[in-house]
Amino acid sequence: MNAHHTDVEEHDATNAYQSLSETTDHDDPRWAFGTGIVEEAGAEITSSVPDGVDPGDLAAYCLMLGDDALIYSHRLSEWVSHAPELEEEVALANTALDLLGQARVLLARAGHVEGRDRDEDALAYLRPDAEFRNVGLAELSDDLDFARCIARLLVFSSWRLAVLHRLQGSADPVLAAVAGKGVKEITYHRDYAARWTLRLGDGTAESHRRMQAAIDAVWPYIGELFRTSDEERRLVEAGVAIDPADTREEVDAVLDQVLEKATLTRPERPFIGTIGGRSGRQGVHTEHLGHALAEMQSLARRHPGATW
Amino acid sequence: MTVTDERPHHALEEGFDATIAADQRIEPRDWMPEAYRKTLIRQIAQHAHSEIIGMQPEGNWILRAPSLRRKAILLAKVQDEAGHGMYLYAAAETLGVDREELTEKLIESKQKYSSIFNYPTLTYADIGVIGWLVDGAAICNQVPLCRCSYGPYARAMIRICKEESFHQRQGFELLLAMVNGTDAQREMVQESVNRWWWPSLMMFGPPDDDSPNSAQSMAWGIKRHTNDELRQRFVDMSVPQAAALGVTLPDPDLVWNDERQAHDYGEPDWAEFKAVIAGSGPANAQRIAHRRRAHENGAWVREAAQAFADKQQAADKHAGATA
Repeated sequence: MNAHHTDVEEHDATNAYQSLSETTDHDDPRWAFGTGIVEEAGAEITSSVPDGVDPGDLAAYCLMLGDDALIYSHRLSEWVSHAPELEEEVALANTALDLLGQARVLLARAGHVEGRDRDEDALAYLRPDAEFRNVGLAELSDDLDFARCIARLLVFSSWRLAVLHRLQGSADPVLAAVAGKGVKEITYHRDYAARWTLRLGDGTAESHRRMQAAIDAVWPYIGELFRTSDEERRLVEAGVAIDPADTREEVDAVLDQVLEKATLTRPERPFIGTIGGRSGRQGVHTEHLGHALAEMQSLARRHPGATW
Repeated sequence: MTVTDERPHHALEEGFDATIAADQRIEPRDWMPEAYRKTLIRQIAQHAHSEIIGMQPEGNWILRAPSLRRKAILLAKVQDEAGHGMYLYAAAETLGVDREELTEKLIESKQKYSSIFNYPTLTYADIGVIGWLVDGAAICNQVPLCRCSYGPYARAMIRICKEESFHQRQGFELLLAMVNGTDAQREMVQESVNRWWWPSLMMFGPPDDDSPNSAQSMAWGIKRHTNDELRQRFVDMSVPQAAALGVTLPDPDLVWNDERQAHDYGEPDWAEFKAVIAGSGPANAQRIAHRRRAHENGAWVREAAQAFADKQQAADKHAGATA
């Protein structure tokens, strides 16, 4: 009964193949894959810097939020082909893609605002470690431990959701747009992480032990999330940024609620400290970032000036 | 496996044959010969396994993708492959097997996957060439399956083919960007085409006179064209595309035959094909070990999810009983 319909399918698909070389122009706008977020978000990367805002501060802030997303997306994509179930393959890749989408807009905005002719790729692939502004939590590897993956995702998404939620009213139109779209994405990520935290915390004795160990392992990196940088402090006054310290109560409440329901214990562990008052936001990282960048940047750096 | 039809065997068989003859679909609840069921399970499982194993060679470059756009494209593609694996395992499950059982068979090498994935991805050009040639060959093989006689498989294939055709265009577009780039990029593309061309031709299976399962599969409407017919179609489509890219296909015998209105081409190395199927391809051991490791490392997670679901169900039952 469907024969007619599928003949059309077959014809179309074969045709698409046959016509590849005739119709595909490599600068055809249809191929601008993944940049749709900008249009969807309804803001121009080239919007002018809000009045009274230092462009250097705004660029730095876009890099902070962009690098968090970029580096964490990279770490999440280490899971590809290693996840415990196909549903998790799809969910983790999707989370990595959402964050990569956020990163691309934020890096593009940073590049435009700083005015040094650097696009998203120049910023992602050609900056040295000390110019990255992400928090330490983003740069850890899960070492293919699914409990660590879930623990970090729970913390990261609870925090980023609290940040983006407040950022929807930013005076910078690109930040407001990224926040508006990001809130929907991160809400899903947090929900996914919370559901898995319950399953693993309250699953078997083994999963409980592993989940508790994972929460313990990511806990030291939470303190940095609520530290306010100088750039942020100045941008809060201009109505562009939010103060991460203000998200602490909300994040704590979410974590307490999920941990309790998952029969897990809130760790009593010290947070990692700073070096002379400096940490990720100031370009001072953990040992993990260098390894992530060495891999991420290797091919792009081997072919200077090439376009892909 | 809910065969409730009480008709005698010969009547059931006549019904099945009539459905096939009329080019109609067999559905999970219909009676079907055991050999038809087995053949389908084998083929759909092999197809599902191919999607999952195929994530490895491409996943090999996600962390090193040379631009953020390429990284997004590749990540999305590999995610689609996991999705295809899910639909295909679901289609196989309508025939009375389950995903866990099929995965066990894969990691014990009791079921196969497409041999092409036993070749390594050595440069980023391989990502483009896999899209162009490997996905291209897969499309030639798979498009006719949208009309396969088994309903759930045919329907899964319609969705899969649409996505595959997008992947193929993305691969070709990457190659176009690279051949329009630096000398090093152009050389990378040619070198990659040299490695993948012959294995891509082998994706259509052995020559027709050496393909033992083909005749029965054609009679059952599972297969619609012979291996050699599909291979010829692939060669004829690929030649102008190679010309558009400015790459040379590594076959000195490749030439247009005006009489046949088709290209003549050289004989693939069938000894290599057989060797790779038998397990001695460059990456067979690596692919299976990787899949086994992921599956075994995930066992405690799947057990936890099951234990949690059981607890929830018991709690719901308890709540229901006391309500």
